[in-house]
Amino acid sequence: MSVLPANEPLANPRAPFYRRLPVVSHFNKSVGLQRGMLVAGLVLTGLFLLTALLAPLLAPFGFSQLADADGNFPTQEAPGGKHLLGTTVGGYDVLSRVIWGAQAALFVIVVAVLMSIVIGVILGLVSGYIGGWLDRILVVIADAVYAFPSLLVAIVMAIVISGGQSSLIGGIFAAGTAITLVFIPQYFRVIRAETVRLKAEPFVESAKVVGASNIRIMSRHIYRNATRTLPLIFTLNASEAILTLAALGFLGFGIEPSSAAEWGYDLNKALADTTSGIWWTGLFPGVAMVLTVVGLTLVGESINDLNDPRLRGRKAAGTAGGPDSSAAAQAAISADVRGF
Amino acid sequence: MTINTGSISDQSRPAGQPVLEINHLKVTFATDGGDVYAVKDVSLDVRSGEVLAIVGESGSGKTVTAKTILGLLPETATSGGAVLINGNNVISVSASKLRQIRGRDVAMVFQEPSTALNPVFTVGWQIAEGIRAHATGSGGRRVSAKDAKARAIEALRKVGIPDPEHRVNYYPHQFSGGQKQRVVIAAALALNPGLIVADEPTTALDVTVQAEILELLRDLRDKYGTSIVLITHNMGVVADLADRVVVMYQGDVVEEAPARVLFAEPKQDYTKKLLAAVPHLGRNSASEGLLERAHQGSPVLVEATNLTIEYPGRLGTPAFKAVDGVSFTVSEGEVFGLVGESGSGKTTIGRAIAGLNRTTGGSLKVLGYEMLNLKERTFKPLRKDIGFVFQDPAASFNPQLTIGDCVAEPMIIHTNPSPAQARKRVGELLESVQLPASYADRYPHELSGGQRQRASLARALILNPRLLIADEPTSALDVSVQAKVLELFKEIQAEFGFAALFISHDLAVVDILSQWVGVLYKGKLVEQGIGSQIMGAPQHEYTKRLIASLPVPDPDEQARRREAHRALLAG
Repeated sequence: MSVLPANEPLANPRAPFYRRLPVVSHFNKSVGLQRGMLVAGLVLTGLFLLTALLAPLLAPFGFSQLADADGNFPTQEAPGGKHLLGTTVGGYDVLSRVIWGAQAALFVIVVAVLMSIVIGVILGLVSGYIGGWLDRILVVIADAVYAFPSLLVAIVMAIVISGGQSSLIGGIFAAGTAITLVFIPQYFRVIRAETVRLKAEPFVESAKVVGASNIRIMSRHIYRNATRTLPLIFTLNASEAILTLAALGFLGFGIEPSSAAEWGYDLNKALADTTSGIWWTGLFPGVAMVLTVVGLTLVGESINDLNDPRLRGRKAAGTAGGPDSSAAAQAAISADVRGF
Repeated sequence: MTINTGSISDQSRPAGQPVLEINHLKVTFATDGGDVYAVKDVSLDVRSGEVLAIVGESGSGKTVTAKTILGLLPETATSGGAVLINGNNVISVSASKLRQIRGRDVAMVFQEPSTALNPVFTVGWQIAEGIRAHATGSGGRRVSAKDAKARAIEALRKVGIPDPEHRVNYYPHQFSGGQKQRVVIAAALALNPGLIVADEPTTALDVTVQAEILELLRDLRDKYGTSIVLITHNMGVVADLADRVVVMYQGDVVEEAPARVLFAEPKQDYTKKLLAAVPHLGRNSASEGLLERAHQGSPVLVEATNLTIEYPGRLGTPAFKAVDGVSFTVSEGEVFGLVGESGSGKTTIGRAIAGLNRTTGGSLKVLGYEMLNLKERTFKPLRKDIGFVFQDPAASFNPQLTIGDCVAEPMIIHTNPSPAQARKRVGELLESVQLPASYADRYPHELSGGQRQRASLARALILNPRLLIADEPTSALDVSVQAKVLELFKEIQAEFGFAALFISHDLAVVDILSQWVGVLYKGKLVEQGIGSQIMGAPQHEYTKRLIASLPVPDPDEQARRREAHRALLAG
């Protein structure tokens, strides 16, 4: 009588549309500590998103601004006064760089994760469903990409794609594509595994028996059932994307400071400051990065736990209401039985 | 061989004293949809040397009650009341005390023997594990590995495993399904518990094997005075084994009576309905009074000649012949029943006709199309004339689509109707399978098993197919639901007049529906003929055994059949 978790719909399809959205439905079924984790993650992630979207309004200066009407900014100035979080060795305002950095990070996440989802899902569906030699080749390629250290692949891709360019769009796409290439195998693997499993499900066979074409089976019957784990990988990958972008920037393969603010680049430049006791240039970009990654990971892990009925916490039975509270459910069952 | 059974051997209690007492048991589960009251108020007792059967349909709380006896409920459950085993209340004792009770005072036999045994340990090790955890050897020391093994061998001998000294070192995969269940029972018996809880012990087994396991359980009661709580939905098994029966429905005990009394004169309406719904071999046969095969003048829709289907073996092993030289025909308007146990190839034949499996030899003509070297493109136009009903109604619907979308799918693929046309046709079909047309907007999980199987029938029939293949369509359903679905199937078949290949392991069910029955055994069609003749006077040795093994829901008749079955095996 046990229902496979995979066969359980993510949310009750009867509920209004907004309550079926991934995160909202998870929030509704969470309880206790799990809800606390989810809320903490959502608050941090929301803060990150707001900062990124409202960067032009929030940031006191531009990301590459070195001077204002009063003249050049001082370099390595301690926090306080006009520059709330101080300035860097190059004379940038740390607060502005941190805020604009959120925007660059968001762009890279969106580009990288969107591209890898689209490509990974299509390849996974086709590879899993068609099978045969195509499947083997794609799996070998995916494994080969896995075998490389992901940062190395990202560096090579950054060099190949940007070729030294440093515009905002170019830089973001270079970083985004580099990350995409690393992430495609993950989506590919997950979707392929689900597709292989679903291919043997009776509802797919029943579609075959009625004569549905392969494309119809893939798009109508498998696609929607195979992509239910994606919100989870999405959130986990988003945090990984930020780290990869920061690592690229830290190593000098990221976006030039004149094109966009980028936390990894700032951390790199702050390296020399630490020995001379200048803590603010490194601390704030670092804290921004940690908080964003923690937020996204908390959301992802909470969704993971809530998707699994065995890991999901529930209110203890018998705490709310008596036998009457489920009277409706019981009545539905007996009506059902009477139907026969 | 002398076996030191320590303090356990002297567990003889005065007969008639309860081994297990359940008083006002309540079990509640916390779920996403609120609390579910699985067991509301159950009181029962099991006396020494008695087989108590708890019967009920799915959701009646019988398995939850059984698990409570061993303290096996999941964390989400809260239970109230008392479950007393030899004076210990299982619900309130500490975890360490509970561990002592398990195995020593009460043991469990699970439904699926292949998952109840750990595949990486020998069966001897698994039986000895329980012995070493509990029993004390001479002088209060722990049992040595050697002694434990000796006792494991003894337990295997008790359950009738041949050559136990040797086979104690075998791994689970080296045993057949029935032998595995014997091993599970041996593990339960190792410490001579006074009580065994058997949760659907024969549901996963074939009828012929089921008969052996029931025989074994009966022996345990007679020889060793073991009390058995038998959880089952199969009234035939109850009639065969039980002394007393408790009928459960939606978490409550509906009726409790000695087995003979219950089957002869059920008091409660629910019990009467339940017993009436159980298919009884030889009653209500579709081929009653038929002397020759019907529909032979009509065109032949399916013709198999020497059909062979092989599954490729692994490297170096020969291919596995699932179907071996089978010949039969299905004519228009005829219901052909295909019976066989697991592994007999019946499902493979059904799937091959629907083009889901490839044939490898002989000839299979479906609607005139030769299925050997099937090309999907040329076969596709014929698919609209073939309907298929799958075994598990829960899995055969796409969970993301509404029932209406699922039922309309064949129509959309083949005739490209307007949404209004499709909706109208779906409504008509749902009405004809006795579902409200408004169910088209529901999702599959919002329907009960029986309703889903009706919808599945509607989907198979939406294009008015000439041939319907039903692969075990009722084996996932409760008996009362099964009876309604079978009746509906019969009515609809008469109304639409399609030919049907009805595949089932249940002889009684096949007999209700089909006029012509074929019996498959290890890929070969050993016998075919008019249903009532096959059930009444089987010719082939295997068919005889199959029919004799099937328990009928009537204790007196079953006792007679049991004798006949013994005679058949002996002779």
